[in-house]
Amino acid sequence: MAEYTIKVRRFQPESGEGPYWEEFNVDLEPSLAVLDGLLQAKDNEDGSLAVRCSCRAAICGSCGMKINGQSGLGCKTQIGEAQELANKKMSAAGGKVENAPIVIEPMGNMPVIKDLITDMESTHWAKIRRVTPWLLPHGEPPEREYVVEPESMIDITQSMACIQCGACVSSCLSMEADPDFIGPAALAKAYRFVGDPRDAETHERLHDLADDPHGIYDCTHCFSCIDACPKGVAPMDQIMRLRRKAGEEGIEDPNSGHDHEIAFVKIIEKKGTLDESLLLQESFAPGVKGKLKPSKRAIREMLGSIPTAIRGIKTGKMRSLHKLIPGVHPKLPDQDDVKAIFSHAEEHSEEFNLYIKGEEGELAEDDVEKGIERSTAPAGQEADSGQ
Amino acid sequence: MSVGIISKVHPVRSHSNAAQGGINAALNPGDSWESHAFDTIKGSDYLSDQDAVEIMTREAPEEILHLEHLGVTFHRNEEGKLGTRAFGGASAARTYYVADITGQAIMHVLYEQLMKYSEQIARYEEWFCSSLAMDENGECCGVVTRNVADGTMELFQAKSVILCTGGNGQVWQPTTNALICTGDGIAMAYRAGAKLMDMEMIQYHPTTLAGKGFLITEGARGEGAHLLNANGERFMEKYAPNKMELASRDVVSRAEQTEINEGRGFPDGTVALDITVVPKKRVHEALREIVLVGRDFAGVDITRQPIHIKPGNHYTMGGVKTDVDGRTDIPGLYSAGETACVSVHGGNRLGANSLLDTLIFGKRSGRDAAARAKRIDAARPSKKILEDEEAMIADVVSREKGSGRRISEIKRELGQTMDGKVAVFRDEAGITEALEIVKRLEEEAKTAYIDDHGSVFNQDLLAAIELGYMLDNAECTCVAALERKESRGAQYRTDFPERNDEEWLKHIDLERTDDGPEISYSEVTITQWEPQERTY
Repeated sequence: MAEYTIKVRRFQPESGEGPYWEEFNVDLEPSLAVLDGLLQAKDNEDGSLAVRCSCRAAICGSCGMKINGQSGLGCKTQIGEAQELANKKMSAAGGKVENAPIVIEPMGNMPVIKDLITDMESTHWAKIRRVTPWLLPHGEPPEREYVVEPESMIDITQSMACIQCGACVSSCLSMEADPDFIGPAALAKAYRFVGDPRDAETHERLHDLADDPHGIYDCTHCFSCIDACPKGVAPMDQIMRLRRKAGEEGIEDPNSGHDHEIAFVKIIEKKGTLDESLLLQESFAPGVKGKLKPSKRAIREMLGSIPTAIRGIKTGKMRSLHKLIPGVHPKLPDQDDVKAIFSHAEEHSEEFNLYIKGEEGELAEDDVEKGIERSTAPAGQEADSGQ
Repeated sequence: MSVGIISKVHPVRSHSNAAQGGINAALNPGDSWESHAFDTIKGSDYLSDQDAVEIMTREAPEEILHLEHLGVTFHRNEEGKLGTRAFGGASAARTYYVADITGQAIMHVLYEQLMKYSEQIARYEEWFCSSLAMDENGECCGVVTRNVADGTMELFQAKSVILCTGGNGQVWQPTTNALICTGDGIAMAYRAGAKLMDMEMIQYHPTTLAGKGFLITEGARGEGAHLLNANGERFMEKYAPNKMELASRDVVSRAEQTEINEGRGFPDGTVALDITVVPKKRVHEALREIVLVGRDFAGVDITRQPIHIKPGNHYTMGGVKTDVDGRTDIPGLYSAGETACVSVHGGNRLGANSLLDTLIFGKRSGRDAAARAKRIDAARPSKKILEDEEAMIADVVSREKGSGRRISEIKRELGQTMDGKVAVFRDEAGITEALEIVKRLEEEAKTAYIDDHGSVFNQDLLAAIELGYMLDNAECTCVAALERKESRGAQYRTDFPERNDEEWLKHIDLERTDDGPEISYSEVTITQWEPQERTY
């Protein structure tokens, strides 16, 4: 057993007073959860401490909250680990700290109703309903089951693993800037239908999500939702898959993301490192190589990036001015290694999916046999994080 | 017709989420409903009603296909058709599944359908039921509810009411069950005068984590995992030489408890489940949820080392007595799922039959409830019912701090008592002692106080009402367990270690009186499967 201090941001709506902080001292095993600490305080000290919870096992999705500023589930965060993080955070302000209070707050991007209980209905669930969250098959169902590729079901099972806890919504930086952003949970839900071969409205769904200014192109790739998700759904990855599918459908991406992705991969394949000037051009006018014939919108975008380039030069971030000339950037000396990575990735054209690959940091078994490190393995992911 | 769903938590928080392993159906060409039925009946130790089992197993394939058409992402075989896995007590691999999140996947897909049909079906999310409304003819005509968000009380008038509130696992500590599983529907029906049946039949699941009682799916053993004692012996060889780890749950739980009691367990009162024998790729594809449970809640990488487990409270086989259309003894009152006792599970439920029971008898209840609603005139519940409930709540809220015990204290004592005395092995002395404690706790609950006096999300108040439900459930289980003087299924009496078909091949029914539950008996329906000795 160990003693912990939990510092809870409380709000009692009937008191007529604003939010306040209250500390509780609890005594439990470090391997138990932050939720166990909260329930101990509630059971022994103050029954009015409000927190939604049910399963205690990260399956019902009730206890989304912020712990030391990080969104997650109270039942899945071990209190010992939360203590370490609290200490680390406080130590950063100066001096070594032990037994720093573990700070617990309601989820973000949602109105607070009472203590740790937020209004998910008007935020999270309204956004879920926005993506037409039910299967729209074509015509009458078959007599038996729909026959589909086995991998397609495993693929969308990653989105099905979502327990609607709202932790990703709570952590979403894009939503902080644009509250109308459909958001990580709802878009992951959308992928569950777009990726489902039984659904007949893939095209309409993609157009709907792409045309909405608060849709799939509103995500800024900050990875917060991936960090927050307690179930490995990786909502941002699902959003990127939606974008890729939209690109394949010929939907124009205002950020030129799909072309950007292809340009990125092509340049790396050719040079081994990133030729940034070529990247800009290839992203907006792919395949033209030096002879710029971009669309009007691309010209707008390129002109729009000039101030950024000038700021880069002024602040010294961009020092090799000659590299601004497309094509000047040198190749990496050992191109064979680069080619090996690409051919491996092409042979294994698999998505990164926990139901196929296992946890991060673990080598897929055939990769172990071939002695190839994981850092070079999942091609899809590398291309994603490059954007 | 208007349909409303009232749930004390948001529907997707409900405990069907926890059904990890899958759902049974004889859908493969080589399989038959008769085989599924026989396995279920044998698993039940012949206490299930065979007409009900027949209906469930015959209708199962159609239900799986229906779910598949709605969008459940069932695992596919190499041909792209529905694939199966093996499960305990089954003579064929007939368990359909979505990784190890089958219940979650089904429930979320059903919720998708609720969103789709939101104009036809009203949802009352986070509304708590405190009692059933009865009319002067003794028919059920609605429910009294509290809107958790603002504390207003409301009487819902209804021609038909279906109770689907799950089981009563929270009566035991620890349990695999969620905090919401407090036997609400069972207690409300009992208080309204409906009969309860087989309340002594409480399943202990063979693979739960020590301490908090988390569930490790039977799917792990279905995929080939072994059970080992502290000497590294695969002890199921002694208890079930044919089915080994995949014998029925009561058999495996007793085997484990025997190993532990006889000193061949680990010092923490457990044995080991070895999943490392299952290929890694298969573990990630089919058992990822328990990879996470092992890592997050036990600090064990199940792909690399065995995990310590023990039998733990898991499932309420008994419940509100219903017929095969979900009808209880009270006209207008229906029940389905874990709350109900049709009975298809009898003395022991087979893995992957609970989702099936819920879906088949939920559907049948719904149909009959709708037919009744079309047939009869609306009853008018008296407003007094609402006033009574408001007075009950006012009484709880008005108790002075320190005037009695805390709700949480009583709950804890109840859970420890039941887990200690009314668990895998039982005897007269232990059950009697438990019953006395339960009766004392019932008295103490009357003066137990709460801290929260507000209206908005007063969870303290709801916990007080739930404690009352749990105590009713506990009393009924003790009375029935004391009454059944034999060992059958989950009820193992060390003082009556044999099954006794001559005297006890019958259901124990309980009806509420002011002096406690009154016992009566009802016949077990036998169609084509005569009781036999049960070996695995």
